[in-house]
Amino acid sequence: MTATTSLPPAEVRARTHVVIRRPKPTKHLKNVLMGVGGWLGSLILFLPIAYMLLKSFQTESDAAAATPKVFFAPTMENYEDVFSAGFWPYAINSLIVVVVSTLVVLVLAVPAAYALSVRPVEKAQDGLFFFISTKMMPMAAAIIPVYVIATALGVLNTLGILIVMHIGMNLPLAIWMIRSFMQEIPEEILEAASVDGASRWRAARSIILPLVRPGLASTALLCAVFSWNEYFFAVNLTNSTSTLPLFLQKFLSFGELYTAHVAAAATLLSIPVIIAGWMAQKSLVRGLLFGAVK
Amino acid sequence: MAKTITAPRPPALVRELTRAERWKIRGPLLPALIFTILLTQLPFLLTLIYSFQSWSLLSNKPAQFNGGANYLTTVQDEIFWRSIGNTGVMTGVSTVACIVIGLLLALLLNHTFPGRGIARTLAITPFFVMPVAVTLFWRSAMFDPGFGLLGWFSRLVGLPAISWLSEYPMAALIILLTWRFTPFAMLILIAGLQSAPQEQLEAARVDGAGPLRQFRFILIPHLRPYIELAALLLAMNLIQTFGEIALLTAGGPAFGTTNITYYIYLKGFNGFDFGTASALGIAALLITIALVLPALRLLSGIFQKEGRR
Repeated sequence: MTATTSLPPAEVRARTHVVIRRPKPTKHLKNVLMGVGGWLGSLILFLPIAYMLLKSFQTESDAAAATPKVFFAPTMENYEDVFSAGFWPYAINSLIVVVVSTLVVLVLAVPAAYALSVRPVEKAQDGLFFFISTKMMPMAAAIIPVYVIATALGVLNTLGILIVMHIGMNLPLAIWMIRSFMQEIPEEILEAASVDGASRWRAARSIILPLVRPGLASTALLCAVFSWNEYFFAVNLTNSTSTLPLFLQKFLSFGELYTAHVAAAATLLSIPVIIAGWMAQKSLVRGLLFGAVK
Repeated sequence: MAKTITAPRPPALVRELTRAERWKIRGPLLPALIFTILLTQLPFLLTLIYSFQSWSLLSNKPAQFNGGANYLTTVQDEIFWRSIGNTGVMTGVSTVACIVIGLLLALLLNHTFPGRGIARTLAITPFFVMPVAVTLFWRSAMFDPGFGLLGWFSRLVGLPAISWLSEYPMAALIILLTWRFTPFAMLILIAGLQSAPQEQLEAARVDGAGPLRQFRFILIPHLRPYIELAALLLAMNLIQTFGEIALLTAGGPAFGTTNITYYIYLKGFNGFDFGTASALGIAALLITIALVLPALRLLSGIFQKEGRR
């Protein structure tokens, strides 16, 4: 005990050292370089998206110029063409699939996360790893039976089959994320609730649910992003009754692939997910690492 | 911070639970569990059964057990082996590129500088945009040798414009996939950097270790599980690449960019040979399991380490 207290903690040592150290002119330069590098890297990654936005307002002849045009007379024509090419039925389908599948995911995931964290079942860890392992399996290895079963049940080319597949796709992720939010509730709050004589159901509803609400929101946003973007099931299980990725494919299969129209449609379809993604940014790592890291 | 417990809590009750009580605890888990078992385990079982049947939608014959004939066809199929090779190249190169660029960006963006929040937000955006949409956009606006942005860049520096999709379709796919998944690697590695041992780094600095030595001897060992996990998760996602192939190259030319997922699609939904497609599915499943097992082990390692904090 005495031996350790005789040495100042690392931070204090470091601080005194900083005071003694002569200011380095390279330190400032290094900071500037790191900042410039950070911005440059980010802008390079973002460039194709910015370029897409730019092209979406160009006429086809401007968009096909060999030297990219930055100054041009903007047009809304491409967007108008997208809207008049049967955009709305697909958009409504996408919206239905996203909203319904995300809601069902939450309804299933919240109790499951509760049973894996707050009041855990025996072998909760095994349960968790079972869910995550299903997320890692190749969808292509399951698509043939799903197609066969969907045909037999007469649900091929319906939104129902897409909703079911999207639930299966997002449920493990949601369980892991929500569970990680529930783990953060201090034990004392849960104990206080049970001391107060609140029934478990009431405690769950009136204490746990409000505490994890922000977490539920970002979980829902992430699930919605993945559902909105999903293409594999859409192209294999549906055709005329489908979601926006298929609309895009059909919209562009008429004649030539025309850049400005692609840009407009791609921008339009990406805006909702970009906004949702930005909103869920803070919890994103948790989602990507299944809640193992905050 | 100290209150954050990631490992499951020990059951509060010491007394043996009765049967009824235990089912009451399990109750909330059951709907999700049953749904997931039905939806994910049943298809794999059926795929396994189909893979031993001769079953083509093009012939009128009912599905019939044919022993291992589908597997024999598969291992004798040159395109199958080529698709495995393509899957390996596509997945391997993209994963390494994502990790290297992602680590570089993570190091830069972990540094404080004006507008860092905005820069980070812009950098993660490629991961959200609809893959189908950006793939189609890249196909014409980026890769086209005549008016694509990449062609313009190469002319700018005095090189001939490359017709990416016809000359280097695999490279084009890898560029697109790397662009889309680099933010994924970057985010995981930023999370790793944020939990870096600050005291150790500070002590190393005091002892006169330069940034390179700090990076080599403290950061890399600390980041190792994150790098490995990011690589495995990336590989699992990239192995399943489908939309990018379907819309950028359609697996061509001459199956040059057909991966295992796309080959299953071609066999099953273009050739309507469900038996062989199922055998291919089992092959894909086995390859993925070889990646999943170490990933799960790593994840549970990080899981426990974070739980101790």
